[in-house]
Amino acid sequence: MADPLEIIAKATQALTSVRDEAGLEAWRVEYLGRNSLLMKIFGSLGGLSKEERPKAGQAANEVKVTLEAALAEKTEALRHAQLERSLAEEKLDVTLPGRTIQRGRLHPSTQQLRRVLQILAEMGFQVYTSREVETDEVNFQLLNFPPHHPARDMQDSLYVEAGERGENPILLRTHTSPGQIRAMREYAAMNPQNPPPIRIALPGMCYRNEQITSRSEVQFNQVEGLAVGPGITFADLKGCLTNFARRMFGQRARARFRASYFPFTEPSAEMDVECYVCGGKGCNVCKGSGWLEILGCGMVHPIVLENGGYDPERYSGFAFGMGPERQLMLRYRIDDIRYFWANDVRFLEQF
Amino acid sequence: MKIPLSWLTDFIDLGGLSVEDIAHKLTLAALEVDEIQYAGLPMPSSSSGQAHEFKTAGIGWDKDKIVVAEIREVKPHPNADRLTLLDLYDGQKEQTVLTGAPNIFHLKGQGRLAKPLKVAYAKEGSTLYDGHAEGLQLTTLKRTKIRGVESYSMVCSEKELGISEEHEGIILFDDDAPVGTPLADYIGDAVFDISILPNMARNANVIGVARELAAMTGRELKQPDLIYQTQGEPVGDLVKIEITKPELNPRFVAGLIRNVVIAPSPYEIQRRLKLAGMRPINCIVDATNYAMLELGEPLHAFDYDVLKQRAGDRPVRIITRTAQDGEKLTTLDGMQRTLTSMNVLVCDEKGPLSIAGIMGGAESEVTEETRNILLEGAAWNFINIRRTAQQHSLPSEASFRFSRGVHPALADVGVRRGLQYMARWSGGAVAPGLVDEYPLKPAQPVVTVTPHDVKRLLGIELAAGEIAALLERLEFACTVRGTEVIVTAPPNRLDIGEGAVGLADVLEEVARLYGYDRIPESNMADELPPQIGNPTHEWEEGLRDLLTTLGFDEVVGYRLTSPESEARLLQGVALDYVKIANPIAPEKSVLRRSVLASVLDDLQHNARLSESLAFFEIGPAFEPLPGDLPTERRELALAMTGSRSALAWDQPESPRRDLFDLKGRIELMLNGLHLAGVTFTPTTSITYLHPGKAAEIAVGGKLIGLLGELHPRVAEKYELTDAPVLVADFDLETMRAVLPSYGIKPVPEFPPILEDIAVIVDETVAASQVEGLIRQTGGKALADVRLFDVYRGSQIGAGKKSLAYSLAYQAPDKTMTDAEAAAIRNKIVRRLEQEVGAKLRS
Repeated sequence: MADPLEIIAKATQALTSVRDEAGLEAWRVEYLGRNSLLMKIFGSLGGLSKEERPKAGQAANEVKVTLEAALAEKTEALRHAQLERSLAEEKLDVTLPGRTIQRGRLHPSTQQLRRVLQILAEMGFQVYTSREVETDEVNFQLLNFPPHHPARDMQDSLYVEAGERGENPILLRTHTSPGQIRAMREYAAMNPQNPPPIRIALPGMCYRNEQITSRSEVQFNQVEGLAVGPGITFADLKGCLTNFARRMFGQRARARFRASYFPFTEPSAEMDVECYVCGGKGCNVCKGSGWLEILGCGMVHPIVLENGGYDPERYSGFAFGMGPERQLMLRYRIDDIRYFWANDVRFLEQF
Repeated sequence: MKIPLSWLTDFIDLGGLSVEDIAHKLTLAALEVDEIQYAGLPMPSSSSGQAHEFKTAGIGWDKDKIVVAEIREVKPHPNADRLTLLDLYDGQKEQTVLTGAPNIFHLKGQGRLAKPLKVAYAKEGSTLYDGHAEGLQLTTLKRTKIRGVESYSMVCSEKELGISEEHEGIILFDDDAPVGTPLADYIGDAVFDISILPNMARNANVIGVARELAAMTGRELKQPDLIYQTQGEPVGDLVKIEITKPELNPRFVAGLIRNVVIAPSPYEIQRRLKLAGMRPINCIVDATNYAMLELGEPLHAFDYDVLKQRAGDRPVRIITRTAQDGEKLTTLDGMQRTLTSMNVLVCDEKGPLSIAGIMGGAESEVTEETRNILLEGAAWNFINIRRTAQQHSLPSEASFRFSRGVHPALADVGVRRGLQYMARWSGGAVAPGLVDEYPLKPAQPVVTVTPHDVKRLLGIELAAGEIAALLERLEFACTVRGTEVIVTAPPNRLDIGEGAVGLADVLEEVARLYGYDRIPESNMADELPPQIGNPTHEWEEGLRDLLTTLGFDEVVGYRLTSPESEARLLQGVALDYVKIANPIAPEKSVLRRSVLASVLDDLQHNARLSESLAFFEIGPAFEPLPGDLPTERRELALAMTGSRSALAWDQPESPRRDLFDLKGRIELMLNGLHLAGVTFTPTTSITYLHPGKAAEIAVGGKLIGLLGELHPRVAEKYELTDAPVLVADFDLETMRAVLPSYGIKPVPEFPPILEDIAVIVDETVAASQVEGLIRQTGGKALADVRLFDVYRGSQIGAGKKSLAYSLAYQAPDKTMTDAEAAAIRNKIVRRLEQEVGAKLRS
């Protein structure tokens, strides 16, 4: 009988030169296959004496176990080497661009409207939407712009052909303020003797009779806020809008209030926010002033309260209005307002 | 409104305040300074990093280099006829200065001047505007030789100093100009360009702005003196006034000045007028303008001799009345104006003399020959003046003021100021008295303010005495009675009302004078309002999000369009539009009827900018309603075109999108909205859709929208690529009305049995019908049906198609057996055979 150690040595030796799966299979056939020396040894065990048989059998078995272990180890080694090879071969240029899908985007005006409305919602202002084509009465007269009043010069209107309507023509709303009247009347109708308080945000498209240039547009969005109740003060207006400015422009934003004029508020104010680009030092964005005009505001005029069904002796309120497109222009330094309705994908895809 | 600082200082001492300080105070007090124009005073330097709040223009004059000097002799230039050499004394020494100024040319060679000319003298190194350049170019004065004579300094024109555009000659100052004084100290100025808000009409003048500054700073306002000598017959004996419509002409005042000499005004007056934006004419016209800019009362000067001549032997009778329709008047600009009954005229017995408050007539205008002047100061109805000025397109400094409201109390003050200046500048003698008709005195509103009101509306604690002290700064007359302040509006204001309005008017002044910046910030203490929310708005916002996740970009287009533009899409349909009476352009003449048309405009704009486009817009479409406001229907429009998938470096091509690309997304959208029972029904009746590729989308029989490929004939009217354009259009109100409430099914615990079947049907059988039959027959046990193949070919014969479905059978409470599944399948196949003649494909 062949020396088991010799078989192991020879087989192990042969295994080291195996390089691939085929070589490994050939090695297995030679050393562990049906016709291998080892199998012949097992086959010859029957011819041995009872005394010799266990010892020889055990020896052959040890050879078999050793060779099988070596085979398993080599198989794993080859597989590992194979994986290493393929990993090396599969190396990609990860700097090539990825495959994309089309991602839809909200229009920048919608995005800004949402920012504004979200902050206002958290401050308790609920969205109130109202119509875009209005009567002169609701757009102007009930808001304390009498016919032919100089304040109308501030808002050139687009009128609708609607036959003879005297001093109440139909027009495209010049601001979202007519919604104040509609909302107040709706709320007041809930309880005409004791109308409930109001806290609403009025977003939407407004129109002015202006030529379309890089600085002026025939249509633009506006968001107004309106708060009415039995105890609202100018100090509340300042608190509310200063908080709004901090949410919108950062906790360190400073706001200032300048006296101003709107027919539907009194006292009226403009709120400026310290320029967030230069921190108030003066730059191109704030045109050197250090301040950015953000919104107009004021205490609701007693005539407007009255027209809305709220007794000015018992109720007070404040209102404010701002332009989302103007805010975007400041924020992203957009110098041409015409981009908004041109919907050029090269503009839209930057948001 | 341009207000020179030097003029303000006639009425208030502004010492210790910088130009920027003053502009800042005005801006916070609702007199917003748009720009500061420097004309001599030092400008804040941007290079020094000094913060300055305002837009600035103009130049500051170097005190060492630009001074007042006098010309003592004008000598000829040895080598140039058009140039002269000046013997000039600058306060330190006499030197020779070369100039080409035409306005001293006539003095050439006259020897020593009896009266030296006072001029602005700029030394070497001065920074000035280049007088010869177009526009305003800064330049530094350098030593040079002109025609053989050395030149290192110059006498200046107004343009060179930034006072006006004038460069025809050098400035000649008044005789009392102090030689050797830095020019900046003599006439250095800065001009505030202030936006006058509609409620601030009272401040469209120098004293109004000075009054506000006095109130804001607590300084004293110096009132004008209005003192002048009079002589001769009183005006009251010579002129009578008759007002026929007091509501249109509450007051008319006239004064008379005799023996005026028409001459230029003093230089300082001309300079201020120019800085304020008016052109000096002569001392009489300038006096009317100067007094108006100063006090706010527009004045009109008539040639009294013309009036006298028209009156014959009788006294002059001034009559104010409305015009007759068609009445004519030639105004002093030479235009013949045809008047209407709305216009108010100043007339005499012979006819109209001027359009009240707007423009004088040519006949009675002041000319070089005028010697005697009747000066008018009146009050007019501001709305009437406004409409007249608009009707005749006659904006003027006078109509600007009158159309915003000038208090009648100013009429006599204005006339006296005008007469005072005329006497001072023209040498004329003022006749004693004024004629003053004042039939309609405006109410002087009285408002009661209490500390409680101030607390309730402004949120600050002020005692009655403090409220009164604030208001008195703006000349409100205040009486404190216990906790009440009885406030009477001053006689320069028309913007104070009564009752609750008056209270708001007065509280605004309290807030402004107290300082908006000193009012604290507080949080509203009121109870929360009813929580209503806005479900429609919230739902639309959700829909926007859903559509962006499906790959659509949101667009927002113009709501203004033209019928021609929309006709490309909505051809052959006669549509009523909401028409704009005064459109900004023909292509923006109506409100859109179709949001889809708007989205197609955007698709056209971008057609060649991107390989694939997918847009949506949510917004209103407008339709007129007779006798009512138009409807504003909320629509969703979708459009897509281009390649199906994004191209990449290893995928250079992609199939073009077709109907099913859009339909798949719409199905996902409807699924996202939980709409069930949606049907797509072929339609050929939509003119803008391809007749073979169009469907009506309905839910429970209610039409909610349309889907299809744009008709090629419509597509060719837009500038697009040749790829199919897929569009859809939804009525959001109908869609919202059919939204179901829905629940969630339990997740199945038992595995499904999956099976594929293919059936052959006639080409005419709609896939939706086959699927409907499968689902109906399978019932609850059929968890899912998915079409995975459509096959046409010779194997199944012409006019036929094979539809292959993957079916999932499932029971909620147990694992279904093959036999049970087979039973269902057999039922399905039998039903399909019966209903649509289907054959099971083996």
